[in-house]
Amino acid sequence: MASQDIVRHDAGSRSSFLNDPKIRGLIYQTVLFVLLVAFVYWIVGNTIENLRRANIASGFGFLNNRAGFDISQSMIEYSSDSRYSRALVVGLLNTLLVAVTGIVTASIMGFLIGVGRLANNWLIRKICMVYVEIFRNIPPLLVIFFWYFGVISVLPAPRDSVQLPLSSFLNNRGFFLPKAVWGEGAWLILVGLVVAIAMVWFVVHRARKRQEATGQQFPVLWTSAGLIVGLPLLAFALAGFPLTFEIPTKSTFNLVGGFQIKPEFLALYLALSFYTAAFIAEIVRAGILGVSKGQSEASFALGLRSRQALRLVIVPQAMRIVIPPLTSQYLNLTKNSSLAIAIGFPDLVAVGGTILNQTGQSIEIVAIWMVIYLGISLLTSLFMNWFNAKMALVER
Amino acid sequence: MNKTVKVVLGVAALGFAASTASAATLDDVKAKGFVQCGVNTALAGFSAPDDKGDWKGLDVDLCRAVAAAVFGDATKVKFTPTNAKERFTALQSGEIDLLSRNTTWTLSRDTSLGFNFAGVNYYDGQGFMINAKKLPGVNSALQLSGASVCVQSGTTTELNLADYFKANNLEYNPVVFEKLEEVNAAYDAGRCDAYTTDQSGLYSIRLTLAAPDDHIVLPEIISKEPLGPAVRQGDDQWFDIVKWSLYAMVLAEEYGITQANVDEMKNSPNPDIKRILGTEADSKLGTDLGLSNDWVVNIIKAVGNYGESFERNVGQGSPLKIARGLNALWTKGGLQYAMPIR
Ligand SMILES: N[C@@H](CCC(=O)N[C@@H](CS)C(=O)NCC(=O)O)C(=O)O
Repeated sequence: MASQDIVRHDAGSRSSFLNDPKIRGLIYQTVLFVLLVAFVYWIVGNTIENLRRANIASGFGFLNNRAGFDISQSMIEYSSDSRYSRALVVGLLNTLLVAVTGIVTASIMGFLIGVGRLANNWLIRKICMVYVEIFRNIPPLLVIFFWYFGVISVLPAPRDSVQLPLSSFLNNRGFFLPKAVWGEGAWLILVGLVVAIAMVWFVVHRARKRQEATGQQFPVLWTSAGLIVGLPLLAFALAGFPLTFEIPTKSTFNLVGGFQIKPEFLALYLALSFYTAAFIAEIVRAGILGVSKGQSEASFALGLRSRQALRLVIVPQAMRIVIPPLTSQYLNLTKNSSLAIAIGFPDLVAVGGTILNQTGQSIEIVAIWMVIYLGISLLTSLFMNWFNAKMALVER
Repeated sequence: MNKTVKVVLGVAALGFAASTASAATLDDVKAKGFVQCGVNTALAGFSAPDDKGDWKGLDVDLCRAVAAAVFGDATKVKFTPTNAKERFTALQSGEIDLLSRNTTWTLSRDTSLGFNFAGVNYYDGQGFMINAKKLPGVNSALQLSGASVCVQSGTTTELNLADYFKANNLEYNPVVFEKLEEVNAAYDAGRCDAYTTDQSGLYSIRLTLAAPDDHIVLPEIISKEPLGPAVRQGDDQWFDIVKWSLYAMVLAEEYGITQANVDEMKNSPNPDIKRILGTEADSKLGTDLGLSNDWVVNIIKAVGNYGESFERNVGQGSPLKIARGLNALWTKGGLQYAMPIR
């Protein structure tokens, strides 16, 4: 101890402040920072210089020009007369559409399969295992091709569409459903729904209060379901059933009318869901296995039935293990959606790529891509972190 | 995806490249010993590797012609296959010295993309192809209302398509892919009713379909597609070399100079031919261009004149059997007209 003190003291007095680890750290960081700034400065300067020399136009002004190309599926009004900026919004919305629907489906599938891998039934367990091993080990692009070229492309042509129940049709141009056309007074149904939701909220609140006070339970689930279905239905009847259906019909080339889901979307959505579900299943399985056995034994000892034990004890604890890795799966799914380009689904990358090519503004478009994907990822993480905090153990 | 990565890399190259990309391309080319030429990935007749892996086609011949002009050796060329989307970044970033890939000469490509087009080696127009077996009775593009149309993204084709249907008040459903193989596969699988691109491309693509004879090309031509080689702006010497290599091939056809008779022609008394072949006494025409005086001889020995290259790759000597049409010499009612070498 003593000798150490002496050495230290000695070094401190003899040599400079450079040997102070704190100051040294600061110096290193400053140097690195300056180098980084110089590097970025050089890159940007060089890029601008090269662009200028090569006479390539730059800046974001091109976003206001007429796009000139059509997009096959769009959630907002769009035509070839729209601007490039609007085309990008169309692409972004398509990316979000496939990401959100994919995440919901993958979560549900992944949860069921993950639980299935722990089922008591041998067959279910094996089926789930085979599913996970297959989809986890195939690159997502191949899964997309499988759905697009392997499944949807081999469906019959529109003329010989497969007729499904409820006047829906399936062919190699997609999935066609009757479209609901709401008539006059349909707003009453919406009112019914809003009222029902408000009542459900009230019922849930009261039921919890009552259980806490008296220990008596109230059949919340059934009452809520009844309200949510019943009230809008009542409103629908009161308004005189203002609903007709537009049924897809055959024309020269294709089915027209009705609600159409394009094969490109279908293939991408199915592929991303199936692929990501395999990973989510493993995460769910790990989560459930991560809850110690004592927890379920204790809940059985308290007299909970196995379903109740799962819902009230196991799953809430498993969630804490599940949510963080789930977040990265959601981010992966969103980023994998950019593989859309391989099958011609007009997502952000596909539309951006077309614009890049028409205008030659590669740097600007690549920057837009990066900023948007970063934004989507950060928002997803933010939401999941919030959710995680909410689900985290609250000690009483 | 990998294409997107390429584009990103191209963009990065713009940032990192020492600021020399647009300096003397000829010196760069001579220093590295070969011409790096951007061509199509696989469009039979224009540029596609044959079964031995040798690149063949009208656009490829132009690359070889430039190599022959620069080095006197047509093998000193390397090919970079590019799809519709990558091609421009590849040229802008300096990855290739020359883009010879059925690329339409348009104003925006000439200006905001920063290119110069060195002439037109194929006058084309956009057309439609349909499966006549599946769609009997359709014999005009105007009957395509409501059809799904397969098209490649990043092409002029995509824009003309939108304009044509709009102008004729027809509805359609674009099905857009990035890669040629994907468009072909989707069309062949019946995802679309029609396929649209340059007519020459349609003929070439038809050969790759499962049952080529079932498909017909509709008569309408909906656009002008002058296809030609492009170089970066800012290097006039290189621009001139590419431009005059193409003109030399066309002029050779006009004066009857062929791969077979070029050596014999060197003794021709015709002053035009003497100038073209650099046999005129004290000729400076080749050296003024930065080349040797026998540059045209080298080109013609390597790839033949324009007509020979045309017939061999896309004309009667090829499976495509495309007629000269607009691409006949101006003296034969076509549009191929080369500026005089003098
Ligand atoms: N001439 C048009 C179209 C050229 C083009 O890319 N055509 C397609 C279809 S023929 C092609 O060659 N694709 C081959 C590929 O991308 O690999 C243009 O310059 O935009």
